[in-house]
Amino acid sequence: MNSFTYKRATSQAEAIRDVAGNSNAKFLAGGTNLIDLMKMNVQQPGELIDINRLALKKIEEIPGGLRLGALASNSEVANDRRVRERFPVLSEALLAGASPQLRNMATVGGNLLQRTRCYYFMDTAFPCNKRVPGSGCPAIPGFNRIHAILGASDKCIATHPSDMCVALVALDAVIRVEGPRGVREMKLTDLHRLPGDTPQIDTNLQADELIVAVDLPSTAFAKRSGYLKVRDRAQYAFALVSVAVALEIKNGKIMAARLALGGVAHKPWRSQEAERVLTGAQANAQTFKAAALAAVTGAVPQKHNAFKIEMAKRAVVRILNQVAGGKQGGAA
Amino acid sequence: MGWEKEYEEFLATLDAVDSALLTASGADDEEIMAFLSEDGEARRRFLKQVLITGGGVAAANLLLSYRLNIFAQTDRAANSSSTQTDSAGTIAVTLRVNGKSYPLQLEPQVTLLDALRERVGLTGSKKGCDRGQCGACTVLADGHRINSCLALAAAYEGAEITTVEGLAHGDELHPMQAAFIKHDGFQCGYCTPGQIMSAVGLLKEGCPPGLGVRECMSGNICRCGAYNGIVAAIEEVSGTKA
Amino acid sequence: MSANKQSGKAAGQKSGKAISQNKGIVGQPVNRVDGRLKVTGAARYAVEFPFENVAYAALVGTTIANGRIKSFDLSAAQKVPGVLHIMTHENAPKLKPVVTNPAEGDAAGRRVPMQSPVVYYSGQYIALVVAETLEQARRAAELIRVTYEEQPPATDMDRERGKAYVPKQRVAGKPADSTRGNPDAGLSGAAVRVDEIYRTPTEHHNPMEPHATTAVWEGDKLTVYDATQYTYGVRHAMAVTFGVPEENVRIICKFTGGGFGCKGTVWAHVPLAAAAARQVKRPVRLATTRQQMFANMGHRAETEQRVALGATSDGKLTAIIHEGLTHTSVYDEYVEPFSKPTHMMYATENFRASQRLVPLNVGTPTYMRAPGETPGMFALESALDELAYKLNMDPIQLRLINHAETDPDGKLPWSTKLLKESYKIGAERFGWSRRKPQPNSMRDGRYLIGMGMATAVYPVNHFPASARARIRQDGTAIAESSTHDLGTGAYTVLTQVAAETLGLPMERVRVEIGDTNLPKAFVSGGSATTMSVGSAIQGAARGAITKLKEIARADKSSPLYGATAEQVVAKDGRLSLSDNPAKGETYAEILSRARTEEVEASFDMQFNDRQKTHSSHSFGAHFAEVRVDPDFGEVRVTRFGGVFDVGRVMNMKLAESQMRGGIVMGLGMALMEETVLDKNLGHVVNRDLAEYHVPVNADVPHMDVLLLENFDEYASPIGAKGAGEIGIVGVAAAIANAVYHATGVRVRDLPITPDKLMGKGALA
Repeated sequence: MNSFTYKRATSQAEAIRDVAGNSNAKFLAGGTNLIDLMKMNVQQPGELIDINRLALKKIEEIPGGLRLGALASNSEVANDRRVRERFPVLSEALLAGASPQLRNMATVGGNLLQRTRCYYFMDTAFPCNKRVPGSGCPAIPGFNRIHAILGASDKCIATHPSDMCVALVALDAVIRVEGPRGVREMKLTDLHRLPGDTPQIDTNLQADELIVAVDLPSTAFAKRSGYLKVRDRAQYAFALVSVAVALEIKNGKIMAARLALGGVAHKPWRSQEAERVLTGAQANAQTFKAAALAAVTGAVPQKHNAFKIEMAKRAVVRILNQVAGGKQGGAA
Repeated sequence: MGWEKEYEEFLATLDAVDSALLTASGADDEEIMAFLSEDGEARRRFLKQVLITGGGVAAANLLLSYRLNIFAQTDRAANSSSTQTDSAGTIAVTLRVNGKSYPLQLEPQVTLLDALRERVGLTGSKKGCDRGQCGACTVLADGHRINSCLALAAAYEGAEITTVEGLAHGDELHPMQAAFIKHDGFQCGYCTPGQIMSAVGLLKEGCPPGLGVRECMSGNICRCGAYNGIVAAIEEVSGTKA
Repeated sequence: MSANKQSGKAAGQKSGKAISQNKGIVGQPVNRVDGRLKVTGAARYAVEFPFENVAYAALVGTTIANGRIKSFDLSAAQKVPGVLHIMTHENAPKLKPVVTNPAEGDAAGRRVPMQSPVVYYSGQYIALVVAETLEQARRAAELIRVTYEEQPPATDMDRERGKAYVPKQRVAGKPADSTRGNPDAGLSGAAVRVDEIYRTPTEHHNPMEPHATTAVWEGDKLTVYDATQYTYGVRHAMAVTFGVPEENVRIICKFTGGGFGCKGTVWAHVPLAAAAARQVKRPVRLATTRQQMFANMGHRAETEQRVALGATSDGKLTAIIHEGLTHTSVYDEYVEPFSKPTHMMYATENFRASQRLVPLNVGTPTYMRAPGETPGMFALESALDELAYKLNMDPIQLRLINHAETDPDGKLPWSTKLLKESYKIGAERFGWSRRKPQPNSMRDGRYLIGMGMATAVYPVNHFPASARARIRQDGTAIAESSTHDLGTGAYTVLTQVAAETLGLPMERVRVEIGDTNLPKAFVSGGSATTMSVGSAIQGAARGAITKLKEIARADKSSPLYGATAEQVVAKDGRLSLSDNPAKGETYAEILSRARTEEVEASFDMQFNDRQKTHSSHSFGAHFAEVRVDPDFGEVRVTRFGGVFDVGRVMNMKLAESQMRGGIVMGLGMALMEETVLDKNLGHVVNRDLAEYHVPVNADVPHMDVLLLENFDEYASPIGAKGAGEIGIVGVAAAIANAVYHATGVRVRDLPITPDKLMGKGALA
């Protein structure tokens, strides 16, 4: 880990000012990803602005929804009664991720900015376009079982590792961001980027912008939502494939649908193709199968991960069945 | 060098302030003495900084808030302090561990785990992966289990840290420790402190609906494979069956 | 021959019950004597001993897998505050080759502690930094820049198979090619054949405690606190490497945080830590990282095994052929002896084993829990299962038909063998009769259910061991031998042996281990410690009692004056007449009157002439039930049962834990463990515990473990056969067989991850 200076921020404004004034400064929240990456020398900020004491921990009702403070821990969110009852997909996704210890530390804001678990990105012995632009992508000719099947580029085939973000996409979540230029709102689907030619840029956030909250709009579909995660061991493993869905069903007909895939792309992958298939259709096996096919439209496998396409399709069908049938998701 | 006179004046009142605050915090005489003597260097450095930058009443208030923050054991969110790295690249951090205060001067990159093991001398918390992937370093921070290897020590100033050394009361083991022995919930013993702290944390946190003890203990790897004994120990102490 | 009666009985229906025949302390399911130290965090591991003025070391590994170092740029590293010393091959002291134990020959391993610019594998240590703090050492290590002359590395056993060679060393004591009868004819003439290739990947031990060393020099005397399974081996290695007499080197290891074989030899970081400590003239603490462990401390080599079985239509084996490849490093040789158990497992006249080695640019492989048996029995027991389906026969029945009544390899009688009993009792306890014979025939809701079984076997190994026992005037005793407790329970079991032999309660006996100032013990490996060191401690304790008896019998003031040694018994801290227990006195009384602080006896246990009349092995049977998700191929083990014959069980509680631990590691092998090397660059890609998956709590069901009552006098004087490793042997096959039963999909290359099942068989 490189040397850095540490400062404990006492106000949002101060924190933003400090980071704005130093291009090599970063906010420190739960630290579960950032400190790890610093230990591996993947990230080397010169200054850490510890924002943990800012008053951003609250989970509170707002008109038309629920606001998650950016510093609310993953555990607090997952176990919040309002979240469990009104946005079950989010609770299920959070509890499917990481470990109890990590969930106690990790925050909403930090989870949004979690970086890929691509082996090649995490290990400085390898070249990596995301870590050192232009150095190459050894995952493409290398071992790519955990890599992307959707939206990848010839520069980067990494996946976004978060479970939470996949759920948030399915909930139409909006993030509130504060920067030197004031507060702005951004749809979660606009936060993460595809790798393209600039895989080093994960998100559309500016370096001096601080995520202060995530708003969950109360929608008709949020309540009937669920998450499914397929993985190599029963707990404490990243998703091979995951799916978040939210459905509004009236008299057997799907009025509105959200569907997002995890573990398959550089960002939590919202499939509007699948949502189009679902919306207005009868909630039945035929529809779900068609939605699954639509969800993997354009999928391109790498050498070791072709299985993800079929796995994603099956996961979509399974969780649609469960959610439509009113059952809980979670582990496969 | 105008600050030097002020420095001398403040120094005299500082001990009195500290003593009062420490007493209010519930520290015993031994701890107060330890703080006043051993932490002298850190206190002086801090004071010097305050006086250079501010001085006067502002400095005194800042100082007071700094002190209050150290002993604000239950509310880390106290919006009061602005701890900063000094010119030598180190930072004054007072850790509260098992009910005692440990004033330390640390590089900011020192993790809570390394501070405990290498600076405080409490080696019960183990380093198995140093990356939050095994759970051997699990401690409680304000009652919640965390991976101390991914926690910067500086960020946990003011938190009440409990390590495995803080569980037993003298010769009397914590029920979880006794249950681990009874059910042979360990072999080599290296993951054990983390397992036990995680188990104690779990008792307080509870298992989310739909998850069992095994799921809620899956952040702690035991390569010896003592999982059956670990689950039995937790079930016995919690009076539940997974 | 009484021990060969094979009167296997279940040793109590539930764990925690004492074995009836053992009235004494040995056999009791007592708690670990080191339990309190471990649950309070007071047990000190290798880098937890406090020292004034300790300095910290950090190692730098290569980022290429083959080539040479051209140059170092140390300028940035040297500027890091607190840096005391930077060592590379350019300034490292000349160290003689590191050899843990010359008796082990090549298997002890050639180590490469920065003596040349040649790079053999990725992650090989090429620099070491010593600094005032851990953070400074680590930071400076990160800042060392290296330029290399790079060569393409050999990374793929399949691609390099043209370079396969006959091992120079013997394969687990046998020639690399062994033949009995005419296996090819036996196979080609067989009514039913199985002839398949099975693969197991590279695996890493991953004990929870990474390798770690604290080295302290005082003049030319070296003390090393090491995480090891072999204190005397480390001592020997350090003495040779540094050219100092062995008496000048002391190795201390009070607790080892798991080993599973990777701490059985000395790896390069130990001499490097010692060299650094000598250089800076301060104690040096060196804890390796989890990442470094994936390169530098050995691993289980991958295997490609052909198992060909021929059988008559009623299931009698007519041929077994077990041959194939494993890898070694380009600079040294280690053979993963997968064919070892096949020599003796089943009765057949026609047998061939053959192994070849492919050198790769990787660190040298090493022993990992049941080396040979673990991958070998996966292949053999999978093949047996395949044969059973071809014969339309119950897999247990097939094994009973081919049960070896004597060791087919040397035709020696077994010392004891309760394998048939293990099958029978195991099947009953597991509910094997509920298994429907056809694959893909059992369901639980949407899930596919399967049951599988496999045999477990592990040979009896003995190592020489010395011990000392001291009975003290205060009525306590100390038993000493420099063995190790890596979670095996050695502290506890040896205390039980010593206490029983000394006629003292356990609380009054202290066992001291893990220090080369104590009598010599061999590596804690090969499941041999309880037998070897236990027998030595028993001998020493008997010697101490004999001496105590001599004092009492020669003392006119003693009530035992004039009695013969045979008339006097040691019990409850007293010597007394066997036919008149009232006549006697306490050890304390005898020694006080004699004004003797303590009586001491030593014992050297040798096993030279043993095993010549009998073939000795531990045996067992595993039963697995799996639940397979029909969509995704996620496999969860829902039930597991194991029945074992390990000879006399010294402590039921700890022995059961050993079995469970082996089963958990076998479950990992079956379903998730695999070290993946990037085939282009030669680095391990998943070198952490997030991506090298080992089982977590939620992966592991309750395991029903039963140890059969037995006493094998041929195996060891204390009747034990060894329990440390057998638990893992066959587990992967039992699970793979259960997966086949559930799904109709035969996975022959481990691990059985979801992608290998999805879309096939019942998951189509």
